This record gives sequence, C-alpha cells and structure tokens, in this order.
Amino acid sequence: MLRLAASTSLAAMLGACATPTPYDYTAFKQNRPVSMLVLPPVNDSPDVKASRAVLAQSTLPLAEAGYYVLPVTLVDETFRQNGLTEAAEIQQVSAAKLREIFGADAAVYIRVKKYGTTYMVIASETVVSVEGRIVDLRTGQLLWQGSAQASSAENDGGNQAGLVGLLVKALVTQIVGTATDAGFTYAAVANQRLLGAPMRNGVLYGPRSPHYLKD
Amino acid sequence: MRRPFTAMRLGVLIAAAGLVGCAQQPKPLYHWEAYQRQVYEHLKGGSSGPEEQIRVLLAQAEKARSLGSALPPGFRAHLGMLYVQTGRIDEGRQHFEAEKSAFPESTDYMNFLLAKMNGPSTSASAR
Repeated sequence: MLRLAASTSLAAMLGACATPTPYDYTAFKQNRPVSMLVLPPVNDSPDVKASRAVLAQSTLPLAEAGYYVLPVTLVDETFRQNGLTEAAEIQQVSAAKLREIFGADAAVYIRVKKYGTTYMVIASETVVSVEGRIVDLRTGQLLWQGSAQASSAENDGGNQAGLVGLLVKALVTQIVGTATDAGFTYAAVANQRLLGAPMRNGVLYGPRSPHYLKD
Repeated sequence: MRRPFTAMRLGVLIAAAGLVGCAQQPKPLYHWEAYQRQVYEHLKGGSSGPEEQIRVLLAQAEKARSLGSALPPGFRAHLGMLYVQTGRIDEGRQHFEAEKSAFPESTDYMNFLLAKMNGPSTSASAR
C-alpha cells in the first residue's frame, strides 16, 4: 500500500504535465503477448447486432498495434462446433483450454455496454460503448483493462490523433459512404479507442509494430 | 493500362490528404479495405453468400498485391474457411497453410483446423 502510494506520487512528479493517472503495465510488460484471441463480446445493449459488429471491428486496432489476431470468424465457428454459441458462456472457458485449442498468448474479453442509434425529433445519436480486458493465457494474469466510447454527437476535433486513428477515420468515412449501419461504423471508433495504440492508458504496442518496446 | 491505375492512386492520395489534413500521413501495417465489413457480413449471415464473399476478398488480395501491401492477420484463414464452406477443401487447406506462412503465430490453431479437416482418425491419433 505504502509502495503503491510512493510510486504513484513519484510518477505524478515525473509525469507532471503528462498523463494524470499512469497505468500499471507491470504484468503486461512481464508477459508481452504476441498473439491475441478476441472472444465474442458479451452484449448488454438491446441490439442483437452489437456483439457481431464489435467482434468484426476488433481485428484492425490490435493488428495495427502490432499483434497477431486470430481470425475471428473461424474462432466463432470453432466455439459453435463445440456447442458454445453464447458469448457469456464462451467467456467462461478456462485460459488453459483456450491456450490448448487456439495457441494464443492472450485473450481479449469485451463487453458491449451501449450500441445503437437513438432517434430524436431534431437529431439522432449513435453511441457505442465498450469495456475490455486482456488476460494472458499462459499465466492467467490480467494484463490490461479499460473502456471506451464513440458517439456521433462528438465534435470531430482532433481527439482521434495518432496514425491508426486517422486510418480508422478514413475507414469510417468510407463505410458511411456505402452503408447505413451506423452502429457498425462507430464500433470501429470505439474499438480503436479501446484496443488501439497509442492511447492514453491503452494497450501497448505488439511485436509486429515498429514502435514495439518503445512505449 | 497505366493510366487508370495512376488516376486511381491519385484519387486515393487526394482522399487521404483530405481526411488527414495537416497531420502526418498514416502508413498502416496492412491493407484492410473492406475486410472487416466482409467479416461482419459473414458473422451476421448477410445477404451475400460465401461465393460472393470469396470474390470480394480475392479482388482485395489482388489489389493489395499490386500495391505491395500486406494482407491483415486472419485474412487468408477467413478466405480458407469460405472455400471449405463451398466444398473446395483443397483451396481451404492451402489458405490455412498460407496463413501459417504469413503469420507463424497462427501455427497451433491452423494445425488444429487442418487436423480436423483430415478427419476424426487423425485427431484421435493426435491424442
């Protein structure tokens, strides 16, 4: 407790004008996963499309951060063939079993808190809100957790900085031009904020990124 | 043959410049294009069947090749699964092998899938 307080105040001094609460990356840095298994997200929203949309948008941020991401459609199929169709059930499967079948270093557990468009008289708003945890499948340690949200009501004012942020923005614009599934579009932004790098208190870069070990 | 390609590239550049503004030009690790949209289509069992999805992904792979860009993790495996679903087992197997070559991190899982394709006797002997 004392040590935690000491390190917190030291970090506060060092990072005076930087991030207010530095994230504790000890476990992340000890484990340094190479591959990520994204499990089907648990959905707390009323929209049945939420889990699949968030799952479909989960590979890009992690892959661009430098991780190998197991093919989400095949993973989903493998669970299905083993009689597991509910995300909540799948997220209960033991780390050892996941490691044995998929060979991934870490699993990503996502919960969709909000997903969808609220239609109002004057304007409508699309919100996607997600929470995520990354657990190492070799040691069972929690490596990272966080939450993020994206909303159509935000001003597009540069809070999406960073290379991949810009890439996602380009993709979002592209998707908006071709489809009307707004939730799917904002799931890309929410996932980028949740799982992309670099993000404040976010996921660290992985080995396939040129920024690996530099964050 | 040269002109449409150049014009297309110019178009992409202009679009990118417009989106990025004065910020740095992003250089993604992979050529994503419509990959995640295709994944979504597949997951929700959308109107396009596996044949149509294969066609879209092959076109994307060709474009990535011409641009010298890498295909994302899982792309080849996903394509392989679509081939298996259309009964083209050998092509499916080849794409699982291709995923393994491009991303050795996938080796365990690809081997698991390949072993299952070889029938129950193989997986029984693997135990």
